[in-house]
Amino acid sequence: MSDPEAVPPRSPSSSGEAEIVQFDNVGLRYGTDREVLSDVSFTLYPGSFYFLTGASGAGKTSLLKLLYLAQRPSRGAIRMFGTDAITTPREKLPLLRRRLGVVFQDFRLVPHLSAYDNVALPLRVAGVSERELAGPVTDMLEWVGLADRMAARPATLSGGEQQRVAIARAVIGRPDLLVADEPTGNVDPDMAVKLLRLFEALNRLGTTVVVATHDVHLLRKVPDSLIMRLDRGRLGDPTGALRYPPRRSAGSSRP
Amino acid sequence: MSEGKTEAHGPRLPQIFARRLGGAGEQADIVPQSRLSGPIPWVIAIMVALMVIAAAGGLTLRNTGRAAAAELSGGITVQIVEARVDERDRQAVKALAALAAMPGVTGAHLVPQSELDSLVEPWLGDSADAVGAGAVPVPALIDARLAGALTPDRLVGLQAALRQSAPAARVDAQSTWLAPVFGAIGSLQWLSLALIVVLALATGAAVLLAARTALGNNRATIEIVHLLGGTDAQIAAIFQRSIARDAIGGALAGSSAALVVILLLGRSFAALQAGIVTGGTLGLADWAALLVVPAAAVVLAMITARWTVIRALRGML
Repeated sequence: MSDPEAVPPRSPSSSGEAEIVQFDNVGLRYGTDREVLSDVSFTLYPGSFYFLTGASGAGKTSLLKLLYLAQRPSRGAIRMFGTDAITTPREKLPLLRRRLGVVFQDFRLVPHLSAYDNVALPLRVAGVSERELAGPVTDMLEWVGLADRMAARPATLSGGEQQRVAIARAVIGRPDLLVADEPTGNVDPDMAVKLLRLFEALNRLGTTVVVATHDVHLLRKVPDSLIMRLDRGRLGDPTGALRYPPRRSAGSSRP
Repeated sequence: MSEGKTEAHGPRLPQIFARRLGGAGEQADIVPQSRLSGPIPWVIAIMVALMVIAAAGGLTLRNTGRAAAAELSGGITVQIVEARVDERDRQAVKALAALAAMPGVTGAHLVPQSELDSLVEPWLGDSADAVGAGAVPVPALIDARLAGALTPDRLVGLQAALRQSAPAARVDAQSTWLAPVFGAIGSLQWLSLALIVVLALATGAAVLLAARTALGNNRATIEIVHLLGGTDAQIAAIFQRSIARDAIGGALAGSSAALVVILLLGRSFAALQAGIVTGGTLGLADWAALLVVPAAAVVLAMITARWTVIRALRGML
């Protein structure tokens, strides 16, 4: 699968963008139901690490859908990578999506593709040649502990293994923004910590990370992270840190 | 990024972050082929076979018509319609002489009585009993050829000129006798063209349904590719390639079957040894035109698949 318009993911530092994502009074409703997200406003800066928390039904998955461009909001404004994500023509959206890495809660692996091919998929979509992607894909699978399961199809993998493949697929393109929905829900505590370290390492390289989780223990493992707490569709920001994050300290990529 | 720096901050990272390149991989189909194709190759094979046969029929009819028209163009028949045999023969000789003297007449001959007798024998019986005895008056016939096109004005002029020497002469263009046959041939040609169009539409409809079914079956996969940054063109290309494989296989099978049918039919018609039928053989250009049919079917299938998929994808964000 090749694309003549292939644009490799860029790192935030090289793009010179002040913010990765900006939500301004965003509301979302499905059909004629009540809004599942109301007046959501926040800014994600390059190199930041966020945890998105909230009770079930608080709107975490809906917010993530807006972040990974699977949904348009009912109202409000969203800017991603300096582009108005609402008015951008849909033909241009793939270029924005290629700068994202997404770990879906239900993994969404392609069932008839092997673990290797699933992880290679974002690179193939971006037009990376087979010769170029073979090494990184193999390394990534080795790193998530699936070196001996490369040829296995998702149906033959355990839940935890599928989750690791999903994470490997999300980070293989070294995205500018990584969005993960309960990424450690199906793995053992050791692997959860290991995966969190992977996210942190990516974060240190400039990737903005948003992890939706119920696991309060996970929040403590990334001390510099910011918490986005959703409550019945509204984003709590009592300190204003999400809208007006503290200034970056010298030599740090974190806000 | 250096490896050392990575180690300083945490565990060793996969080499993707160091942009290490190399190795080789084997790409699998993003959408499984078996779930895409289904009965489509067979449908296309049947449609292509019917289209090629219809096209061959149309071309044969066209060639038949052209051959007959070429043979009859410029041909006229002069009838001397006179009940008295002596007078008829006298006017026939005069008309023949007048024709020979006319400019633009390249040849004329009186149809021998024996030939006329054999022509009317199936209806009137033995000429010796009927025609020869003068019981049934049969006109004398002159078969003549003219140079150039035979226009209605020219025909009227000929008639007028001949009537001066042979008042019982009637002139007919030979092509007018076969005008209803040419009309029927023309209608059949249009019918074959209409058949091809209908079959092409049916092929398009079958491909459209197959593409929609495949889209439905693979919707989850398509959504993933879409969310990973796959463009409509990339996703459509997956389906287009798959349909192309099916269509090429079907077109080859259908064309081969049609070829066998055409050759068998050709042999049967050749055995008739009738002039108008043997004029309808297919030439090299005709065979080349027949080859265009399966190629066009493949292109049609690919365009239909692409259009269907892109139209469906536009429903997604």
